[in-house]
Amino acid sequence: MDRLALDVAHLFAGGLVLVSFMLLYQDRMTGLVNNFALHALVVSLSVAWQAYIQHAPHLYITAAIALVVKAIVIPLALHRIIVQLGIHRTIEAVVGIGQTMLAGIGLVALSVMVMLPITAKAGTLTQQDLAFALSVLLLGLLMMISRRNAVSQVIGFMSIENGLILAATGAKGMPLVVEISVAFSILIALIVIGVFLFRIRERFDTVDIHALHEYRGERP
Amino acid sequence: MTEPGSVFVGAVLIIPAVSAALLAVLPDNRATARLNVLAAFLTFIAATVLFVERPSPGRYLIVDDLNVVFIVLSTFVGFTTSVFSGSYIAHELETGRLTPTYLRFYHAMYQTLMFGMNLALLSNNVGLMWVAIELATLTTVLMVGIYRTPAALEAAWKYFLLGSVGIALALFGTILVYLAAHSVVGEGLDAMAWNVLVQRSPEFDPALLNLAFLFLLLGYGTKVGLVPLHAWLPDAHAEGPTPISAVLSGLLLNVALFAVLRFKSVMSANPGAFAPGPLMVSLGLLSVIFASFMLYRRHDIKRMFGYSSIEHMGIITFAFGMGGPLANFAGLLHMTLHSLTKSAIFFCVGHIAQVKGTQHMPDIRGLTVSHPVLGWGLVFGVAAIAGLPPMGIFMTEFLIVTTTFARYPVLAVVLGLGLLVGFGALLLRLNGLAFGDPRGSGEAARASFVPVLAHFALVLAAGIWLPPALTAWFQHVAGLLR
Repeated sequence: MDRLALDVAHLFAGGLVLVSFMLLYQDRMTGLVNNFALHALVVSLSVAWQAYIQHAPHLYITAAIALVVKAIVIPLALHRIIVQLGIHRTIEAVVGIGQTMLAGIGLVALSVMVMLPITAKAGTLTQQDLAFALSVLLLGLLMMISRRNAVSQVIGFMSIENGLILAATGAKGMPLVVEISVAFSILIALIVIGVFLFRIRERFDTVDIHALHEYRGERP
Repeated sequence: MTEPGSVFVGAVLIIPAVSAALLAVLPDNRATARLNVLAAFLTFIAATVLFVERPSPGRYLIVDDLNVVFIVLSTFVGFTTSVFSGSYIAHELETGRLTPTYLRFYHAMYQTLMFGMNLALLSNNVGLMWVAIELATLTTVLMVGIYRTPAALEAAWKYFLLGSVGIALALFGTILVYLAAHSVVGEGLDAMAWNVLVQRSPEFDPALLNLAFLFLLLGYGTKVGLVPLHAWLPDAHAEGPTPISAVLSGLLLNVALFAVLRFKSVMSANPGAFAPGPLMVSLGLLSVIFASFMLYRRHDIKRMFGYSSIEHMGIITFAFGMGGPLANFAGLLHMTLHSLTKSAIFFCVGHIAQVKGTQHMPDIRGLTVSHPVLGWGLVFGVAAIAGLPPMGIFMTEFLIVTTTFARYPVLAVVLGLGLLVGFGALLLRLNGLAFGDPRGSGEAARASFVPVLAHFALVLAAGIWLPPALTAWFQHVAGLLR
C-alpha cells in the first residue's frame, strides 16, 4: 500500500482520537453536541478513505450514513432537545477536567501498548486503526462514567459506536452485515434514546441521572 | 434451501417476525393475546421438529446439537410465558396500568424479542448473532420501561446504558475474532461462520483470540448478569411487567451465555490461547457469593428473585468454566431447570403481586392460607430453586459441587458456602411470605395455573426420573462442549 494512502488513513484515525479528547473537556452542552458532529464527520471521512483505498464500495454507504445521520440529523435533534430541556448552559463533570484528561492519556497509551504488538501480523493499516479504535472506545467509556447528564452519556455512547465503526472498517473485507448492523443499531438507539429522553423529561423535569436515584424499590 | 429442515428453521424465525408485525397493527385486545399464544405455540412446534429434521449448515443459519437444546427450551418457555402473559395482561388492563395502545406495543415487542433470541441462537455468523442479541436487548429495554413510573424509567435507563456498553464491547471482540480468522480463512462470510471458526481455530493467532475473548466475556457477560457487571439486572426484573422478568431470567440470560459458550469452544480449540475456564470460574464464583449475600437484604419480591437469577447464572457459568463432560452436563441441565423453575416462580410472583397490589415483601404474608395454589406453588418453586431434594436443581448442584470437589476442593468449599448462604436467605424470606397470618387483600386470583404446574411437573420429574434418552442427549451435548 502506498505511503500517502496510509498517512491519510492515519491522519483521520488519529484525528478521531483527538476529537474524542475534545469531547472530554467540553463543559457546555452546545459545544458538546457540535463536537460530536465533528467526531461523526471525522469518522465518515475516515470510512470513505478506507473505502477508497481498500476498493470496497459498500463502505461508502457506511460513510454516508455516518455523515447524514450522525453528523447532521442527530446533532440537530440534540440541539433541539437541549434547548427544550433548558440545559444548554453548562454540564458538570464528576471529576475535574485535569484528571479526566490525564486518565484519557493513560487509556490511549494502554490501548496502543495492547493493540500494536497483538495486531503486528495484520498489516500496518489494521494495526493502527485498531489501536486508535480501542482508544476511542475507552475514551467514550471514560466520558460516560465521568458525566452525569443523560444527553452527555448518550453522546459518549455514540462516540463509542464511532470507534467501533473505525475498527470494523479497519478489519479488511469484513462482511457488510456488520456495517449495516452498526448503522441500524444507531438508528434504533436514537429512537430509544428519544423516547427515553422525552419520558424522563416528562416525569422528572430533569435529565440529570442523579435525579433517577431517589427510588430503587428498596424501602425498608 | 429445499431440505425439509430448512422450512422449520425458517418457521422458527418467520412466525415471530410476522406475528410481531400483525400484533403491532391489530386493535382487538383479547384476540391479540390469543394470537400471541398461538404464535409462540407454533414456534415451539417448529423448534421441536428441528430435533429430527435438521438442515445442513448454511452461510447465515446453523442448527447443531448445542443450539437445538437452547432453541427448544427457549421456545417452550416463550410459549408458556405467553399463556401466563394473557391472564397477567388482562388484569393490568382492568386496573388501568396499561392502556390498549401500550398493549399492542407490548405484544409486538414480545414477538420481536422471541425473534431476536431465536435468531441469535440459530445464527451461524458472529456478526448476525451480535445484531440479534442487540435487537433482543433493545426490545427488553422498551418493555422494562413500559409502566413509565420513575422506578421503571430508572431501571430501563440503567439497563439500556449498561446493556449498550456491554454490546459495544462484544462487537469489538467480534471484530477481533474476524481479524484473527480472516488471515487464515480468507476474507468474507466464512471468516465469521461458527462451524468454520471452530474448525480452523487451531491456526488462528492466539494473542488476538485472547484479547477478543476478554472483550466478548465482558460484553456478553454484562448480558448474562455476572458480577460485577450485573447492576442492571435486579432493577430490570423488578420494574418491568412480570412476563418480561420471566423471559429475561429464563431465556435472555441463557442466550447471552450461549454466545459466551460458542466463543469458549473457539478458544479451547486453539492450543496457544489461554484457557477460558478459569476466567469463567472466577466470574461465576464471584456472582454466586455476591448474589447469595445480597439475597438477605431484599424487600422487593421481584428484585429478590432477580438476585437469585444472578446466583444461578453464576453457578452455570462456573460449571461451564470447570469444563469436562460431567461439569458441562450438570451446567447444561442446571440451565434448563433454572429456566423452567425461575420462570414458573415469576408466574406465581406476578399473580401474587397483582392480588396483593404490592411487591413489597413485608406487606405479603400467609399466602398458603389466603391463596393456597399460588402460595404452595411459590413454596414449591422456592424449594426447588434453593436446591432442596427431590427437585432437579438439587441433583445438578450436587453434581457440580462433587465434580469440583474431585478436582479443586477449595473452589468446591467456596461454592458450597455460597449455595448454603443463598439457600438460607431464600427459605427465610419464604417463611415470611407463605406462612403465618394472611396480610393484604384476600381476593381470589384469576390466574392461569397451567404454565406454573407444567413447569413444576417437569422440574420434579427431572429430579426423580430423567428419561435415559434425555440423559444420553445431554451427555452427548456436554461432550461436544469444550
